[in-house]
Amino acid sequence: MLTDLLGFPPQVLFGQLLLGLINGAFYAVLSLGLAVIFGLLNIVNFAHGALYMLGAFATLAVTKYLGIGYWGALIIAPLIVGAFGIVLERLMLRRLAGVDHLYGLLLTFGLALVIEGAFVKLFGSSGLPYPTPPQLQGGVNLGFMFLPWYRGWVVVASLAVCFATWFLFERTKIGAYLRAGTENPTLLQAFGVNVPLLTTLAYGYGVALAAFAGVLAAPITQVNPLMGSNLIIVVFAVVVIGGMGSIMGAVVTGLAMGVIEGLTKVFWPEASSTVIFVVMAIVLVLRPAGLFGKSA
Amino acid sequence: MNTIENHELGGQHVSEHIEELRIQDLHAFYGESHALHGIDLTVDQGELVTLLGRNGSGRTTTLRAIVGLIPHRTGSIVLKGEETIKSPPHTIAHLGVGYCPEERGIFASLNVEENLMLPPNVAPGGMSVEEIYEMFPNLAERRKSQGTCLSGGEQQMLAMARILRTGANVLLLDEITEGLAPVINDKLGDVLIELKSRGYTIVLVEQNFRFAAPLADRHFIMDHGHIAAVIHKDELEEKQHVFDEYLTV
Repeated sequence: MLTDLLGFPPQVLFGQLLLGLINGAFYAVLSLGLAVIFGLLNIVNFAHGALYMLGAFATLAVTKYLGIGYWGALIIAPLIVGAFGIVLERLMLRRLAGVDHLYGLLLTFGLALVIEGAFVKLFGSSGLPYPTPPQLQGGVNLGFMFLPWYRGWVVVASLAVCFATWFLFERTKIGAYLRAGTENPTLLQAFGVNVPLLTTLAYGYGVALAAFAGVLAAPITQVNPLMGSNLIIVVFAVVVIGGMGSIMGAVVTGLAMGVIEGLTKVFWPEASSTVIFVVMAIVLVLRPAGLFGKSA
Repeated sequence: MNTIENHELGGQHVSEHIEELRIQDLHAFYGESHALHGIDLTVDQGELVTLLGRNGSGRTTTLRAIVGLIPHRTGSIVLKGEETIKSPPHTIAHLGVGYCPEERGIFASLNVEENLMLPPNVAPGGMSVEEIYEMFPNLAERRKSQGTCLSGGEQQMLAMARILRTGANVLLLDEITEGLAPVINDKLGDVLIELKSRGYTIVLVEQNFRFAAPLADRHFIMDHGHIAAVIHKDELEEKQHVFDEYLTV
């Protein structure tokens, strides 16, 4: 009877809601990393999509060459890609401290093009499969819908990482340094905190978050050199909606936008790829600093 | 000119002439602009000195250069026997230096207690949180408030309190009385007297000569990026014309 009421089977609604929640989880983890990086480096990290893709490729590589499975990759791939991020920060991004935002944007955009271009050259653009870990194959029929275990795991793991990051920022000493460093890095350094090191670690952490999302995505989307560039545009819209530099804002907005996108797929499928940008336009008109941003 | 009489500090006899800070031929630059033109000054342990002068005379720049916040600086700054002219700010702080900037620098995203606990310990012997709350009772009442919700006076006390917690014993204080009510300035004056009696070395940048005069051992008068005169506390009356010349607008 619900079908009569809605005009479509409820399974469609719940299925799209779940899909929206999963996309939202990816948006949340990725925009969280962008928020962390923007806070300390004042850089809009356009390489974020490429680093997410590197996370997925690192998963593939450690499985193939080191025999480390999915669960090990969940830890090791973010560490490898995070270390790569730290090298990028030390060698290149650091030199842009104190210059216009535009240079950081250009450099990271260029890096994304180089990294993605190199991977297309090496691996082609058709994508490589990565199997779902055996423990999470199959799913459960909830009555109103079928929930694949792996999809449920993605949502849970993403939320756990978001919560851990929030806790780190809001409830720990290092989080107090990170917040203070976002606000006034010069004074924080005059107090004796090694701010250049803190900045490097923040970039490494933001990059590791992107790579973590890449590992989660590997069994879902296939491992494709361009997987990040498709996603990152939406993630930037999410960041603009939530407001740059807000941890909570990034997480809540990411999930909400995923769900809104999923619902739009049910009610007006043609608009589903546009709806986030419409929300972004509205938010920019009404609250230019974003929903959770503090206006300068 | 730096010989000072042996003086008593709160009953504690401090042996004379232990140099905490020696600056020689300090030049500092903001981009193309040459802000300090060869500063020389020495501050002994337990001394309270002021940097007086008009706006733009280089007082704040001198403090910022000491803590390392002016990247382009030349000459020599020796803190507790260590040359710091090439050191980054975070290593200078760990020599036991506490800096209180003119704009106070209270972090809006941290509450009072987080602001208080933020600066890392730089030397042993910092005040305990209880001692600090005793010295500044207002802060204890408002420990969970956002830092920038405090009144100007409370923010100033917080900015002072947080460097006292770290064990820093060389305090660089920039215009701490600026824009505050007289009753708060009286309180800050009492705090400085207390700190001096405990043996802290203090460099105070001031606009308010009446506030600074009774507290300081010596006054450095700055003008156009130079030290124009050094006046000992016993010479205030006879050198009144110097103050008039360099401080009146």
